[in-house]
Amino acid sequence: MSRVDTFHPVARVLHWLMSIMILTMLFVGAGMVTSVEAKHEWLLSIHRPLGITIFILALIRLGFRLTHKAPPLPADMPEWQKLAAHGSHWMLYGLMILMPLIGWGMLSAGNFPVTLWSGFQLPPILPAGPALYAWLREAHRYLAWLFFLTFLAHMGAALMHGLIRRDGVLESMTGRSND
Amino acid sequence: MQEPKKRPPPANVAGRWALIGLVVVVVAAAFAYVGGWLTPSRLTPKRMVNALQASGGEHPGFRRNHAKGICVGGYFEASGALAKYSSSPLFAGGRTPVVGRLALPGGNPYAADSSVPIRSFALRFDLADGEQWRTGMNAMPVFPVSTPQAFYDLTVATGPDPATGKPNPDKAKAFFMSHPETGAFLGWIKTAKPAASYVDETYQSINAFYLRDANGERHAVRWKVVPETPATGDGGPAAGDTDYLDADLTRRLAQGPVRWHLQMILAAPGDPVDDATKAWPDDRQTVDAGVVVIDSAQPQANGPCRDVNYDPTILPRGIEISGDPIIVARSAAYAVSYLRRTGEEGHLPGTAHPKEDQR
Repeated sequence: MSRVDTFHPVARVLHWLMSIMILTMLFVGAGMVTSVEAKHEWLLSIHRPLGITIFILALIRLGFRLTHKAPPLPADMPEWQKLAAHGSHWMLYGLMILMPLIGWGMLSAGNFPVTLWSGFQLPPILPAGPALYAWLREAHRYLAWLFFLTFLAHMGAALMHGLIRRDGVLESMTGRSND
Repeated sequence: MQEPKKRPPPANVAGRWALIGLVVVVVAAAFAYVGGWLTPSRLTPKRMVNALQASGGEHPGFRRNHAKGICVGGYFEASGALAKYSSSPLFAGGRTPVVGRLALPGGNPYAADSSVPIRSFALRFDLADGEQWRTGMNAMPVFPVSTPQAFYDLTVATGPDPATGKPNPDKAKAFFMSHPETGAFLGWIKTAKPAASYVDETYQSINAFYLRDANGERHAVRWKVVPETPATGDGGPAAGDTDYLDADLTRRLAQGPVRWHLQMILAAPGDPVDDATKAWPDDRQTVDAGVVVIDSAQPQANGPCRDVNYDPTILPRGIEISGDPIIVARSAAYAVSYLRRTGEEGHLPGTAHPKEDQR
């Protein structure tokens, strides 16, 4: 295949792996802050280590993305759609890096131990302070909403490419041959 | 893709759009369900704190429960006797600093000290390795209810009636009639009197936890801190004095530190671990884990305990939560209370401003 019409296999693996992790993360977050039962605690115990894993993978992925060219969008795509596509992709990169940092910083500001699992803590990354805690906690909530809505738009757009336009954009990530 | 292929439009475009819409709606609905928006009757931490707030009144910047209190500081000196039951370095020996808070249950920070016959003691142990142990204890033998839902119902039943703005004794009575597990608590509180001092009270974890030893074995425990200070007996406050507890504490600390023994009570097989309404028999083996020494006190308005969320699920390795559902519910509700009061503290948009001078 001479044309660059699919993402690099490494990028595809990272994409699908992280999509599952991030979606899980958003559901875990929404569930844990609205429950008082035992699941509140086990969801919380998933949330922190999973968040840090996403953070590390996101950095690797960003590095890979900056050093490997992504397949171009179809030339006949309207300009606003291209803009929306690029904008939402960089938004997703920003959120997958920022959200774990805000969570970590928020626990630091609240002077909570950042426990990934029993007996293992990350060091605080911000000084303790109630106002800082509250700002970061609220930011974590609203950015999670933004994250979920951006994800929905991303998924809807991918399906639109695959089912309506059938222009190979979805296949560039699924890796299926593009006849 | 660089030279776009002109494909014929797919068959049934409307159906394809509908499919895409359906997928998006299903995912969004699943998220809404998990977040509780489709089930308004679900007991969420927010509803729990709203109920407490309705009961205690709006007091921006203060805790939504145990609102009136005082910060204390000192250290824990381990005896080493608990080291064979818990692998936490906290119990091996030596000193660990603590930040504590003595308080009254209830959401009103201006309540009279005599308004409730219960006092509470919260502690945060700051271990050298960065771990923390946070515990909130109460000077009572059992918890009134065993589930978060029952606690919510109790708060609503004994809180102000929306119709009159005053507690309705009939509702409270109906609640207690339908909750026989409250019997032990009701039996105790009938004879309980508001203590004249924080320092001669025994404070209990009430909820059971597990200790995990170095071999991985776990041991169900409850704990209490038992005062060295002898019971004061009578000699209560002068009539009309509503804030005698802080004054008493300050007076005693001026004479020297006050001490409590941290006693771990080991469950016998068959003792209820998941039900805080059931006391364990008095003859259970107890281990004296060490001494909590309190040598300073500060008003909560600017003391080091103000911004501490005494979440009982924050535990070092070597201590673990049990299946007692109250523990997790406390954690979830404390988080909401903590965000509300820190938000008010930080003057976040949309929050009520605390009355700075009164805290």
